[in-house]
Amino acid sequence: MTALDVPAWIARAAERIAADADRLTRLDAAIGDGDHGHNLRRGFAAAAAALPGDGPPGRALIAAGRALVAQTGGASGPLYGTALRRAGKALGDAPEADAAGLAAALRAALDGVRELGGAAEGDKTMVDALAPAVAAYTEAVENGATLAAAATAAASAAERGAEATVPLRARKGRASYLGDRSVGHPDPGAASTALLLRALADTAGEEP
Amino acid sequence: MIGIVLVSHSRALAEGAAELARTLGGGRAVVHAAGGDADGGLGTSPELVEAAIAAADDGDGVVLLADLGSSVLTCKLAAEDAAGRVALADAPFVEGAVAAASLAAAGADLAAVRAAAEDARNHRKIS
Repeated sequence: MTALDVPAWIARAAERIAADADRLTRLDAAIGDGDHGHNLRRGFAAAAAALPGDGPPGRALIAAGRALVAQTGGASGPLYGTALRRAGKALGDAPEADAAGLAAALRAALDGVRELGGAAEGDKTMVDALAPAVAAYTEAVENGATLAAAATAAASAAERGAEATVPLRARKGRASYLGDRSVGHPDPGAASTALLLRALADTAGEEP
Repeated sequence: MIGIVLVSHSRALAEGAAELARTLGGGRAVVHAAGGDADGGLGTSPELVEAAIAAADDGDGVVLLADLGSSVLTCKLAAEDAAGRVALADAPFVEGAVAAASLAAAGADLAAVRAAAEDARNHRKIS
């Protein structure tokens, strides 16, 4: 497989978010406002429903991002919506999302999230999963890995990054008001980011 | 006149702050509230924010004030999408709204209204 089926990725992401929505909401109840899984399930269902039937994959990402912003509720809507819109703009009107194109798209998504949310690595946010995922993906592609192998490396890096938020003290979002009491819990945004990257690996690994 | 939109997770908070800002702004300021989610519960509705911006804008521009989290991010996106016409003030919600309404009613431009809201952060309440 040399190109990613972008609509299939968004559909798979919606499935994974729906399957883990209760877990995400439980994580969020510990240090946030307890709506992350519920919000994202609604947002990604809307994103999957907003996918155009055909056209370039960049357009599909922009449509999905718009739907996320409009329908998610909570801070994750603007953040994930911006990530997908920026990724879509990076792909432009390219007819397919190949390994190199996806590297640029993932980088643009990370930049968009950092810019909008103002979070850096170590702040106990989705950036702690997304940044290592983008780095792992980019490194794999530069070393000649296939899209599927690079996506799997990204998913594993995102999962490790999400797990590594447990000892961190939150510096962004509602959890930051808790100060040291946020230590010992994983960040729900990093956990949902890991699901999105795992959905990417699922999709990239399937034969067309 | 520059319009002002107050975005809060709570409809009651947004409407109360808007009433206060409108009154302390001499009754002339145009202040709209976009509070809560689409069903009136706690949250942020991009749709309500967009509608409030449209209602507050007479062509001169709109300054946004947001309370927390998703309200701030939703306003940042709205300001980004309408750069030059809509600006988000990094300001305390109530004091910033009152300061912005006062300046807007006095005929100040977008940059001055936003600056007044942001300067409200420096006003001490005690001593």
